Amino acid sequence: MSKKITALTGNEAVAYAIKQINPDVMAAYPITPQTALVQKFSEYVADGLVDTEFITVESEHSAMSACVGAAAAGGRVMTATSANGLALMFEIVYIAASNRLPIVMSVVNRALSAPINIHCDHSDTMGARDSGWIQLYSENAQEAYDNTIQAIRIAEHMEVRLPVMVMQDGFITSHGIDCVEFIDDEKVTKFIGKYQPRYPLLDVNHPVTYGPLDLYDYYFEHKRQQAEAIKKSQKVVVEVGNEFKQISGREYGLFEEYHLSDAERAIVALSSTAGTAKQVVDELRAKGEKVGLLKLRLFRPFPYQEIIQALSHLKAIAILDRSDSFGGFGGPLFTEIRSALLESEKIPQNVNYIYGLGGRDINQVDITSIYADLENIVKKGKVEERIKYLGVRE
Amino acid sequence: MSNTKNLGWKEIPEGGLIIEAGNAAKYETGSWRSVRPVRDEKKCTNCLICWVYCPDSSILVSDGKIKNIDYSHCKGCGICATECPVKAIEMVDEKEFNK
Repeated sequence: MSKKITALTGNEAVAYAIKQINPDVMAAYPITPQTALVQKFSEYVADGLVDTEFITVESEHSAMSACVGAAAAGGRVMTATSANGLALMFEIVYIAASNRLPIVMSVVNRALSAPINIHCDHSDTMGARDSGWIQLYSENAQEAYDNTIQAIRIAEHMEVRLPVMVMQDGFITSHGIDCVEFIDDEKVTKFIGKYQPRYPLLDVNHPVTYGPLDLYDYYFEHKRQQAEAIKKSQKVVVEVGNEFKQISGREYGLFEEYHLSDAERAIVALSSTAGTAKQVVDELRAKGEKVGLLKLRLFRPFPYQEIIQALSHLKAIAILDRSDSFGGFGGPLFTEIRSALLESEKIPQNVNYIYGLGGRDINQVDITSIYADLENIVKKGKVEERIKYLGVRE
Repeated sequence: MSNTKNLGWKEIPEGGLIIEAGNAAKYETGSWRSVRPVRDEKKCTNCLICWVYCPDSSILVSDGKIKNIDYSHCKGCGICATECPVKAIEMVDEKEFNK
């Protein structure tokens, strides 16, 4: 089988995935750095290459509201946003998950205002980590494309029925030209299958009410259902990943382990930073250093048992957060992983680096310095400074 | 409050959806009432204005005539008594019925 590689940006790759998915409805409002994604998709609509009803709305609050309405009506629905757009959607983001609507949203990660900034960090989607959406983070354009297609299957799985957000790093991935291998249209169509809405409003023979008042006598039970559904989705993410390998040859699980099993020191990171870290791992491995990387793909639900298994043999771990949890004990990824490790008999030394806010570059030199810090921690047998800010001027 | 047993999270439709049309009738709300509408059958002309105005569909009618008032859902708002053109409905304090 000859491989056909196309050079294009992360935004274009996801727009192409949405074209292949051909959703019933797409409602979106443009925001940097997501704009090119929606613009490209709107070209497909204008050229008649998709059947999608494309709804141009006056804000992201309206975009997600239109998505909720269309999904409740029984459509396969998608949208895309970034940063402040996601923040403006926030009320309806929770409602989409609570109503158990399998909407798929592409989020191009960008820093939240203020001060206004258009570049990458993860403060937007980390703020939505408790909204009940499944979260998949992508390292590059290929993963953003692949994750978008898989997200449809995960969201629509009958035991899940939850919305999924698929992340890629703003500008770094969304605007950088990358090599992407597309899957044939017919294979994508077959893989995602025909959407089977569970309680469509448009089925007038089976009338249904969405969003009624739900007070102290039942609200808690509905939240308990949601907790169970997102927990079950972890298994589905793995199953869909295995099936996806059959049509793509590419492997997807809960996370990627890069030279991790025999490593003594490791970094845990999300998205494009993992790509930079792999390069550093290769260089240090060539010098005989036992370093590795865990690139987390699935952040919600958080696969804590598998992460413990993958990390507990290490001597020291650096957890990298591209967002801060102001006033918290470390960034969101750090608090999750450190909490999970308490379940382990052996707890590796661990340290948190908050980095890259507002698109501040993280390069190989920075990552090399983290592995050197971990070496010192191993030598000393203790962590002197638990939460560090990497790459900020004092 | 409802007179039905509260169900567990595994037994209820997901997402708070109401998947059975018209099941609000099963949810009894009459306990909220502090004053009760009492109809004087002699004065009532069966004009059905109270049936038109009742926000809780609590005026029970058959064959064009008022048969009863559904006290399981009537919240005692008094609109029926206010709108009745022949003053056939009187609002009586619930205490009178709980002696």
